Amino acid sequence: MSTTAEAVSTATSPIAVEVEQVSKIYPGGVEALHDMTIQFPKGQLTSLLGPSGCGKTTLLKIIAGLLPLTTGRVTVNGVEVTGPGEERAFVFQDFALMPWASVLRNAAFGLELRGVPKSERNAIAEKYIEAVGLKGYENLYPHELSGGMRQRVGLARALAVDADVLLMDEPFSAVDEQTRRKFQEDLLDVIKEEGKTFIFVTHSIEEAVYVSHSIALLLPRPSRVSEIIRPDIDRSISPDAIRRDPVYLDIVERIWQGLRSYVE
Amino acid sequence: MKIFGIKIPMMASLIFWAILWEIVGQLELSILLPPFSHIIIRLVEIVPTKMFMDAFLVTAQCFLAGIAIAITLGIPIGVLMGRSIVIDRMLLPWVNMFLSAPLTALVPVLMTLFGFGMKTIILTTVLFAIWIIVLDARAGVKNITPSLIDMAKSFQASYWQAFTKVYVWAALPEILAGMRLGCIRAVKGVIIGQLLVSVVGFGRLFELYSSNFLMEHMWALLFVLFFFAFILAEGLGLLERKFEYYAAERH
Repeated sequence: MSTTAEAVSTATSPIAVEVEQVSKIYPGGVEALHDMTIQFPKGQLTSLLGPSGCGKTTLLKIIAGLLPLTTGRVTVNGVEVTGPGEERAFVFQDFALMPWASVLRNAAFGLELRGVPKSERNAIAEKYIEAVGLKGYENLYPHELSGGMRQRVGLARALAVDADVLLMDEPFSAVDEQTRRKFQEDLLDVIKEEGKTFIFVTHSIEEAVYVSHSIALLLPRPSRVSEIIRPDIDRSISPDAIRRDPVYLDIVERIWQGLRSYVE
Repeated sequence: MKIFGIKIPMMASLIFWAILWEIVGQLELSILLPPFSHIIIRLVEIVPTKMFMDAFLVTAQCFLAGIAIAITLGIPIGVLMGRSIVIDRMLLPWVNMFLSAPLTALVPVLMTLFGFGMKTIILTTVLFAIWIIVLDARAGVKNITPSLIDMAKSFQASYWQAFTKVYVWAALPEILAGMRLGCIRAVKGVIIGQLLVSVVGFGRLFELYSSNFLMEHMWALLFVLFFFAFILAEGLGLLERKFEYYAAERH
């Protein structure tokens, strides 16, 4: 078996994001996370995979600084998280684009909020709009784009602020299947080129195995990291070959066996 | 609408009612109902007079001042209420109360405080218009997709940036609806204010015409006011529809 289940911390890369004994209790007493510890290596894509209710989105939002944690500590590049920060950017499940703004302004919005002059921020945004494959669409509005294209704008906006860590909350779940596959393939290119740390929440096993360097398998009640899987897939082969690769299929099957008892 | 295969334009029914009015008017059943044609002739006659134009200018000034105050105060208050639970709890009962209160009864109080001038009329206009603007802005902000708020936060928008670059725009369809309803109420406010003060603007004209039983003048004046109120509401409705495309986009 070419898969190894090991703690990510033993991997060779330095750590970008460290989650230490984090618990989150929502007002009303619901415990979304219980004493969770996990590390995310620099320059890699780590997926948080698990059935609904395992707290994966809660964890991502805590790392983003959008939700306060109850106990524990999150550090990004060694600095404790107290709120949103320049070194992190978020990609939203429902895209969170501004319908009244063009593709260009949406993609440049993070820079606009930071007070980057217009010509400069537009030049940066144009570069990333091209990188996500939307060149020529700069002056269209979100309602004129398909779901997949909208999420590309969301990705361009997150890349444009040049954060070290990209937090992606089920970015492809609102996108149709064909578009999703193409998007996943393009994401692999972006990861290779940008060299950023990606934390990727998904509920699709295939998606997690396809795009991730490592997968943190989260299980609910109590919410915990049950296993860390590092899919050892040769990504130099074509996307279609990967999807037919026995190693890929084995990992998908293995994760499914681990999760099936939690479905229903 | 089609009758016998002929397409009838929307406003055609008005012609029917005008003809009916003319017939009833010509029968001279009541002094209250002069023939329609006489009213139109009177309308053309009095509109260019200085007295009418002065009244119109005063009314327009009071209306514009009132609606401007209502909008500049109402939108920020509504947005704050939509974003802050504490402010919402503090203000919502008052806003709801004033929205349904018979505000006309307050005008005499305003008169004793601010006199028989434009100040009272402007304040009446504000009082009529502001509450619906506040409530609609609040509803608009409460309707903003949570992820858009998270987006502004995650890119570290300051409160001022979030307000001017995201919240107001995201709530724009509701804010525009509130402004349109506010304008309609402001028309009521400005006229009721003038009627009760009755020494300036159209109020003075109404007083003059009704006390002298000049029914043709009276109707002509009413037509002018109805016409302007209608044009105003339709114009704002048109503006609103331009932004509707993204009201549906948000959810």
